[in-house]
Amino acid sequence: MKYAYFPGCSLHSTALDYDESARAVAKALDVELVEVPDWTCCGASPAHVTNTFLSLSLPLKNLQSAEKISRQMVVFCAACYSRFKFAEKSLAENQIKEKIKKIINLEDIPEVKTRHFLDILINEIGLENVQNRKKQDLKGIKVACYYGCLLIRPPKVAEFDDPEQPSCLDNLVEILGAVPVSWPYKNECCGASLSLSRTDIVLKLTNDILQDASEAGAECLVVACPLCQANLELRQKDINKKYRKDFSLPVFYFTQLLGLALGIDKKSLGLHRAMVSGDFLLKEKGIA
Amino acid sequence: MKWLIDSDTSKLEFVREVEEESGIKIFACYQCSKCSAGCPIAFEMDYLPNQIIRMAQLGMKERVLASRTIWLCAGCETCTTRCPREVDLAAVMDALRIIALREKVKPSERDVQLFNKIFLSTVRKYGRVFEGEMIGRFNISSGHLFKDIFKAPKLLKRGRLKIFPALTDVKKMKDIFKGTEDI
Ligand code: SF4
Ligand code: SF4
Repeated sequence: MKYAYFPGCSLHSTALDYDESARAVAKALDVELVEVPDWTCCGASPAHVTNTFLSLSLPLKNLQSAEKISRQMVVFCAACYSRFKFAEKSLAENQIKEKIKKIINLEDIPEVKTRHFLDILINEIGLENVQNRKKQDLKGIKVACYYGCLLIRPPKVAEFDDPEQPSCLDNLVEILGAVPVSWPYKNECCGASLSLSRTDIVLKLTNDILQDASEAGAECLVVACPLCQANLELRQKDINKKYRKDFSLPVFYFTQLLGLALGIDKKSLGLHRAMVSGDFLLKEKGIA
Repeated sequence: MKWLIDSDTSKLEFVREVEEESGIKIFACYQCSKCSAGCPIAFEMDYLPNQIIRMAQLGMKERVLASRTIWLCAGCETCTTRCPREVDLAAVMDALRIIALREKVKPSERDVQLFNKIFLSTVRKYGRVFEGEMIGRFNISSGHLFKDIFKAPKLLKRGRLKIFPALTDVKKMKDIFKGTEDI
């Protein structure tokens, strides 16, 4: 299987470990990822709150480059995923299609479908197949699967999981030998777009999320979005300071846990880049 | 607080503007408040999401555009997902911010808009986000000089922060930004 791969800005900076583990896992599962040539920012939240045309043109420009590689483009960032899916939907039904075509000088709207890698994993590769390739068991490690917002909402756009009771991450970690805990905050918002401008709000939201995860008995969290990861992990120290907590919960990308189960070494999965290290926990559980 | 809704405040012109910008029929809302019950940012808003819709229905343009709510909305899509009347409230919030910008209403949450502006200007300049410059410029412009600065060395050590921007397809990016602004 060959897919165009759109890393997005975060996966080339603060979420370098997501990019590394994504590539390593894809390779181990015989999925060929070819990076979209000259990819540029999808516009994220600042574009869609500023100018609708800009928020559609930026994804479209990338789909145009992706088309040279494949009719399917894979993303790992939930926020990029959302922006591409929104563009896909709007351009299919809207008259602004004509205007947008003019702006980026296009004859036709490229027919490229954007998919999150979790969707590929579950609906193309299949969890059974993943299980068959498992080289290491995750030994009952207790995981709080955090879905956040844009991976699952709104369902008409995100398409592949239930917006109120999502289960794709839970199902994945379960077959890898981990134990997904049941917790109500799995799809609460972390306040991503306010991370720099209203950090106080983000700290409150993430404190609630980490509190709920730890009360449910989680030893770590798993996410599918670099912005969620940054808010829950990079800011964990700030949360502890502000709310006098002593959280020390590693926040893994699902590709990192999957990679460990597939027998990929920790360095290739970027585990050494974590601010809240998972080393101690993994050692304690005997996961090499 | 008491408001008087007279024929003057009830400018239905505004309803048309919001509906056109968002593509959403705001009179579909029957004020059940489900959106506000699930909104993660409600605790910090000056008007709840359902109140914003009601005010928009009544044409209370100035109050809506001057609210903090429209800037604080995190675009989490919870309201949109849950609304029994299929009112895409997240899209309405986007539309309200866009109208506020167009009409040069001073954003009540200065830093939120400042961040959006700086984010987009680095993307326009480099093609991709360049965190180092973005955070630096945000701190200087917002006056929070040392905000998050102590994270930088740790991130650099872990390879999670870039020193130089990755210049990509800059000419085309410029054209796109220009093209969308001129519309
Ligand atoms: S949930 Fe929908 S119908 Fe109910 S108040 Fe909110 S926007 Fe109106
Ligand atoms: S999209 Fe905005 S208004 Fe709606 S629930 Fe989320 S933060 Fe609240």
